[in-house]
Amino acid sequence: MSMDERRIGVYICHCGSNIAGPVDVAEVTKFAAGLDSVVVARDYKFVCSDPGQELIKQDIKEHGLNRVVVASCSPRLHEATFRRVCQEAGLNPYLFEMANIREHCSWITEDHGEATEKAKALVNAAVRKVYYHEPLETKEVPVKPNVLIVGGGIAGSQAALEIADSEHQVYLVERTPSIGGHMAQLDKTFPTLDCSSCILTPKMSSVGSHPYIKLLTYSNVEEVSGYVGNFKVKIRKKARYVDEDKCTGCGVCMEKCPYKADSEFEAGLAKRKAIYIPFPQAVPNVPVIDRELCVYFKTGKCRACEKFCEAGAVNFEQEDQIVEVEVGAIILSTGYNAFDPSPITQYGYKRFDNVFTSLEFERLCSAVGPTSGKIVLKDGTEPESVAIIHCVGSRDENYHKYCSRVCCMYGLKFSHLIKEKTDAEVYQMYIDMRCFGKGYEEFYQRLSEEGVNFVRGKVAEVTDRTINEEEQGKLIVVAEDTLLGKIIRVPVDIVILCTALEPQPDAEDVARLFSVTRSADGFFLERHPKLDPVATTTDGVFVVGCCQGPKDIPDTVAQASAAAARALAMISKGKVEIEAATSVIDEELCAGCKTCIMLCPYSAISFDEEEKVSRINEALCKGCGVCAAACPGGAITSRHFTTEEITAEIEGVLV
Amino acid sequence: MQAVSPYRDAVDIILEEGGDPLKLCYQCGLCSGICPWNLVRSFLVRRIMHEAQLGLVDFEAEEAWLCTTCRACVERCPRGVSIIDVMRATRRAIVGLGIGPVPDSLRITMKNISAMGNPLGEEREKRVDWAKGLEVKDFSEGTELLYFSCCLPAYDPRGQKIAQATASILKKVGVDFGIIGAEENCCGESVRKAGNEALFQSLVQSNTAVFSEKGVRRVLTTSPHCYHTFKNEYHELGGNFEVIHYTQYLAQLIQEGRLTFTKEINKRVTYHDPCYLGRHNGIYDEPRQVLQSIPGLELVEMPNYRENSLCCGGGGGRIWMETKKGERFSDLRIDQAIEAGAEVLATSCPYCITNFEDSVLTTGKSEALEIRDISELVQEVI
Ligand SMILES: Cc1cc2nc3c(=O)[nH]c(=O)nc-3n(C[C@H](O)[C@H](O)[C@H](O)COP(=O)(O)OP(=O)(O)OC[C@H]3O[C@@H](n4cnc5c(N)ncnc54)[C@H](O)[C@@H]3O)c2cc1C
Repeated sequence: MSMDERRIGVYICHCGSNIAGPVDVAEVTKFAAGLDSVVVARDYKFVCSDPGQELIKQDIKEHGLNRVVVASCSPRLHEATFRRVCQEAGLNPYLFEMANIREHCSWITEDHGEATEKAKALVNAAVRKVYYHEPLETKEVPVKPNVLIVGGGIAGSQAALEIADSEHQVYLVERTPSIGGHMAQLDKTFPTLDCSSCILTPKMSSVGSHPYIKLLTYSNVEEVSGYVGNFKVKIRKKARYVDEDKCTGCGVCMEKCPYKADSEFEAGLAKRKAIYIPFPQAVPNVPVIDRELCVYFKTGKCRACEKFCEAGAVNFEQEDQIVEVEVGAIILSTGYNAFDPSPITQYGYKRFDNVFTSLEFERLCSAVGPTSGKIVLKDGTEPESVAIIHCVGSRDENYHKYCSRVCCMYGLKFSHLIKEKTDAEVYQMYIDMRCFGKGYEEFYQRLSEEGVNFVRGKVAEVTDRTINEEEQGKLIVVAEDTLLGKIIRVPVDIVILCTALEPQPDAEDVARLFSVTRSADGFFLERHPKLDPVATTTDGVFVVGCCQGPKDIPDTVAQASAAAARALAMISKGKVEIEAATSVIDEELCAGCKTCIMLCPYSAISFDEEEKVSRINEALCKGCGVCAAACPGGAITSRHFTTEEITAEIEGVLV
Repeated sequence: MQAVSPYRDAVDIILEEGGDPLKLCYQCGLCSGICPWNLVRSFLVRRIMHEAQLGLVDFEAEEAWLCTTCRACVERCPRGVSIIDVMRATRRAIVGLGIGPVPDSLRITMKNISAMGNPLGEEREKRVDWAKGLEVKDFSEGTELLYFSCCLPAYDPRGQKIAQATASILKKVGVDFGIIGAEENCCGESVRKAGNEALFQSLVQSNTAVFSEKGVRRVLTTSPHCYHTFKNEYHELGGNFEVIHYTQYLAQLIQEGRLTFTKEINKRVTYHDPCYLGRHNGIYDEPRQVLQSIPGLELVEMPNYRENSLCCGGGGGRIWMETKKGERFSDLRIDQAIEAGAEVLATSCPYCITNFEDSVLTTGKSEALEIRDISELVQEVI
């Protein structure tokens, strides 16, 4: 057996009936056996199973195989599995090729004859391609033992605590003056109805005081470079104009400040000062001065806060600070934005005083909120009836197609709170009740027993145009009760709009900054929806909580712990393997035109000014091949995807 | 459980027109809730969509002829269902396959259009009688603009005032325009909505032929219905000319400083968005711009305006059918205008004008509210 002789083994997977249904696997196997350099060809029920893997290993040894092809599912699913099998049998893992005859063939081809022919073509292509594969060496790089977390909602806080508790340094960057996120605004939480602050505040203060968490609030990540295990991050810590070390949190400054604006935390239902702490349990419990609003920054006069601060903590000279950190992994937990329902003009938001969004209503329910927890109309009176309108901006072609997942449940929660605090009738106007989690159906049942009215129908209009005495002074909610097949008009005092959870307005910029992709709905995309739900296509960058898609707190916390475990696994191993199928530049051929540098999506190519050639940093290169395709001098080779290999593959499909 | 409809062909027509979005309808009932019929009687659009999904449409029911194609439901439908197309397909199946009754007045109108080229059954030669004395030239090769008056302004005495007003404005500004006359046919918009696809196609054929023979490049319409069908439906079938609604044109002339005003209208005016101008074609601003540029005029809005406008009841061929007293949307609209404090209800569609004139007359509100086309108001102040 000469060194150059190719001895290829081909394995055709049935995948139960997934492939073997439409594809005649016996025929494909026979076909494969007849191909050039193929020494053995077999079909097997599940090649990915233990016995399936064993079969390959044995053949490698017995038949002296030096190339392997598995025709089964997507490489995204099992390429890693079969590469490992080769390696365990002493074969370089890059001498393996996968033909996707499931997603690309059996699942999408109805005609059995055609499916079989296509499977043959794909197998032929893989066999021809593997012929040219060369052994490649995987490299390892050391991992910085720190983690950056971006976004300090419940997702970011949970992940930070998990990692910090293992005594690894966490940098938690939050852009608002306090951590807590949306959960801090909620009153009670479904389905258990525990008080949101009671379960969140302890976590927040642990984050604030943890020796392994460096909390950077009122801060933004400005620049990210490097690669898995070795990210360099530049953070801008905006000037608070209050010294965090000196401030005692006494609050005198806020009392004395003469200027007011709508409080973001109170969803605009109350005011805050120009110097403010967003909410009483804020972490850190240090005020910040709103530069836009502060009269001193506008006119140079006032300084009331400074005068009354006994600790001397107010400092108008403070400047933004740039903090640079190096981390091994990054977790994005930037959460969601609540949809603004004003474009849905027929629901009357901002037109009628007593049409509230769900977050506004959370604040109305809160004992520390603008009404001290009293559920009242804008004029202070108690409602006699309340309508809760579901799917406002969700499940709607005109706004967001997806379901926001939490609205049915918090809608039910609201019914309970209204019933508990007032004598009002409550109407749930829903399309489908989706109560899918643990304990959720029971919660639905409990609320039904509490005497809530369920009206199945999407609300057409909220109007103040009345048609009879009973409707006088009320808001009329018009809908078809589709179970009755009747148009109904429900006179109510308060309307609550269950608004969609949507991606943050700057999600696109954040995605670009961290090189993560987004799904069609705008949320960050996970690497695999089932099998790799917190990783992204960029190694070392993870996504958790609502920035990945709408979800409730239990799911958010579960994801946060999952991502923490993934980051810790990397850190505790201390090194990561990086892709071996990278690109290389033949410096003899490189003309130094820099085309590749401009195109490289991973900033992996730099220019050597002395030699006047481009160089690829293998640790950064993902082997995407853009540079190889674009190089006008043909100086770049994409390993594992050489011109020879690709041509052979194309020929394989065509002949 | 009702048996599946025996009219398989008819059901196929509907499913084809409804396409995939019809399958997506999740029966939320928003369409019923928003449909103006439910202000005056029950009409469950949602149920009809479900019947269409299951192939259980009742081709004999009066409901097949109710939809005014006002597009309020389509505008908001969370699943993007083309509800109007489904309604139209039902009528197409009834007319094409003869499987249900067609309202008498509609049948006669279609006959008129087929024989005389206009819904009123008037002589073709009289189509441009409205222009007598105005010295409007015949359209010929090289004329910049064709003015297409629509049939109601051509023959109906009330409508003629609109055509005359428009022509006078154009003359005053010095626009190079012409009219066609006897060779012209009804645009066929309502014909198509009434389910008579064959007749619609033949109208498209003959109008397109006349237009191209005469070298028409640009058409100015009075009616949003002509505008809509020329712009969106003729083009699909090979028509090759630009279409502009007169309110757009006036707004442009005003902006360019070519149309100026010498008098004032010191009145409070409200504007009714015609469905085919507003929701169907997104033209909300230009008519308002024209009104607001009239000296002295104060524009007030009714509760239902722009996207939420309330249909006059005349679309979808309903203009040719009798609507019972107490079920006319135009009556409600008149009340809205008066409540808004308007002295004048202005609009820009001959169907709306017809319905509103009828409503103020039959409800005895002619004193309280004037019904005017925008062109008439503009003519008054130049
Ligand atoms: C009205 C309403 C009621 C709800 N009730 C319940 C309930 O009862 N029970 C339940 O389980 N769930 C409930 N939810 C869902 C719950 O709010 C979410 O599951 C949870 O808040 C998600 O947490 P998160 O950390 O992913 O996102 P968020 O809470 O949105 O936190 C994200 C954080 O990241 C910060 N951030 C954003 N972008 C950046 C950036 N670029 N740089 C730095 N920081 C950034 C934000 O300022 C914020 O602090 C409710 C939701 C709503 C709208």
